[in-house]
Amino acid sequence: MGAKRDEPTVGLLVTCIADAMRPTVGFATLRLLEAAGCRVEVPTVQTCCGQPAYNSGDAESARTLAKRVVAAFERFDYCVAPSGSCMGMVKHHYAHLFRDDPDWAARHRAFAEGCHELLSFLHDVRGLRRSSIEDARYAGRVTYHHSCSGLREIGVREQAETLLRAVPGVDFVGLADPEACCGFGGTFCVKYPEISTSIVADKVADIEATGADTLVGGDLGCLMNIAGRLSRQGTGVRVYHTAEVLAGMADVPFGSQR
Amino acid sequence: MTVTYTSQHFKREAKAALVQPNLQRALDRTTTLLQARRADAYRTYPAFETNRDAASAIKDHVLRHLDHYLETFERNATDAGCVVHWARDAQEACRIVVDLCRGADAKTVTRVKSMLGEEIGLPEALDGAGFDRVETDLAEHINQLAGDRPSHIVIPALHKTREEVSDLFERHHPQHRHIDDIGELVESARLTLREKYFAADVGISGANFLLADSGAVCTVTNEGNAELTMQLPKVQIVTAGIEKLVPSLDHAGVLLRLLARSALGMELTQYTTFLTGARRPGDRDGPEEMHIVLVDAGRTELLADELRPILKCIRCAACINHCPVYGQIGGHAYGGIYQGPMGSVLTPAMASLAQAKDLPHACTLNGRCDEVCPVKIPLTDLMRTLRERTWREGLVDSQSRLAMRLWGRVAAAPALYRMATRWAVRTLRTAARGRGRIGNMPLAGAWTKGRDLPAPEGGTFMDRYRRGER
Repeated sequence: MGAKRDEPTVGLLVTCIADAMRPTVGFATLRLLEAAGCRVEVPTVQTCCGQPAYNSGDAESARTLAKRVVAAFERFDYCVAPSGSCMGMVKHHYAHLFRDDPDWAARHRAFAEGCHELLSFLHDVRGLRRSSIEDARYAGRVTYHHSCSGLREIGVREQAETLLRAVPGVDFVGLADPEACCGFGGTFCVKYPEISTSIVADKVADIEATGADTLVGGDLGCLMNIAGRLSRQGTGVRVYHTAEVLAGMADVPFGSQR
Repeated sequence: MTVTYTSQHFKREAKAALVQPNLQRALDRTTTLLQARRADAYRTYPAFETNRDAASAIKDHVLRHLDHYLETFERNATDAGCVVHWARDAQEACRIVVDLCRGADAKTVTRVKSMLGEEIGLPEALDGAGFDRVETDLAEHINQLAGDRPSHIVIPALHKTREEVSDLFERHHPQHRHIDDIGELVESARLTLREKYFAADVGISGANFLLADSGAVCTVTNEGNAELTMQLPKVQIVTAGIEKLVPSLDHAGVLLRLLARSALGMELTQYTTFLTGARRPGDRDGPEEMHIVLVDAGRTELLADELRPILKCIRCAACINHCPVYGQIGGHAYGGIYQGPMGSVLTPAMASLAQAKDLPHACTLNGRCDEVCPVKIPLTDLMRTLRERTWREGLVDSQSRLAMRLWGRVAAAPALYRMATRWAVRTLRTAARGRGRIGNMPLAGAWTKGRDLPAPEGGTFMDRYRRGER
């Protein structure tokens, strides 16, 4: 990663879930970054950061994918993803995968410095206290779910709330236990579906108790899980990624079809 | 004696636990409360983080120089009038304790809750040798009456509701009275246990810390049962894992400040006791003999392993109290002595990875355990290390293995990956039949049983971006 410029170059790591499940999150991220004064590129060789393999114990597959990500993104000033989970993997866990490989470890160290999750990038690096999209609005009572990796691996704490509260029309209300896991856990939710369901049911109870009509979060894995449970329980709560709300692109919530 | 592990049944037992109403009620009552208490203790103790750094450094230091501190402790404890025994494994430890009890001509043996004792199967060994074993910790007393194993390392009867304890005491306590009030239940246990303290020939305890520079044994309890167990009988036996060493009282102080706060949100427990040696001439009380059994039981092996940081554990249970998985299933499903995150790391080492292979995978990797651990054990990293081992050692089922490998290959070939993603998106969209979500789908049953699968929005980002969409 080179010296940071006034109009820095950003490699957008779309994330595999956004690519397949929710392209709007990718476009919203792109818009927010460009409006925040970045020159954004989307490397077309990107697929997945390798986290599913890493967390399943398949270090070899994970390492192969990790090298591809570093190679594809190291030429930019920054690498940004709309996910604390993927960014935690890329920024921190790759170091573990490269621990016995000094060359890759060094390349990764240099690269990791410029790696950021979207919200913390906008707030901490670009110094924004409101959305970079001037005319973004959202009408609703909004609560926010911290993703565990965003919270504990990346340190996304107040940033999302600060930016969300500044969106005209947003009536923000916090969860009673905002730091509790939603039970997604990547492959955990399919390996232990009953435990996972039980955990997400608690999360849904917390969301319902706030009286919010909208749940916003920064990680699509958690959001798929929570949205799936919210609709299964017939709650009518709308679910969006934070980037969608900040970019004024929150039109069709999870679980509805365009 | 060895403990029978049942961790191979984790999946089955965890599922069963989810639908046990009493267990669920007990878990709801306690875990939220313990989290709130720890949070309060954290807020009101500004030095918490600095002390965590210090505590972690102390534990790392001791593990690096364990040989030195063990020898120093042995010398000082012996000088103070203790007899120090060394046990390589659980069997040897139990044999030493049973022989000491026989040597004391014991009939009644009182015990203070000690996880190491549970780990080496000491209760079973004492029962097998025919002693009248009396568990004096209130929760262990409940477990002994119920024939249950501890379900939590600090609150061993956490799985029992007050109502269940009422029934148990009515059946087993000499008064045979139905009691609802918690205070009265405690009193009933106190009366029942009190006479046993005086009848005991041998008292057995564990240790929270062993102080190298003085040879002292430190125990931490809330009920005062440790003091009665260790002071009244003529023979006292302490069993402790070799990782319990700290250099001095000052170092124990750092850890003590964190232990009760992390465990129960208390500044200190009701009793913190330091015992140095047996009764000396002129002492008014204390045991005539004090034996300390230092137990390895796999710890030296762990010292040379990537899992080494788990030896820093001070058994506070903060990781357990904050684990969302434990919060849903309780402790028995883990099938061993230790539960939650620390148990999922330790049990594979104590039993075997093959037997406990599910435990490190039964974790959402949310990292709250890492955040609350007073000695900064990187529990989720250790969990990932164990997952890697299950993969390497062929303990991951062949279907998952094949799927992951295949996915890995495809993800490393972008063109192929794009095709696969396009196909997956189309398939899911078809399955959603225009409703935006999938309620039930073959091969995705694990997901759709308890929640819907939101349908993909349509098209992939990469395709739409390439076509010029912004």
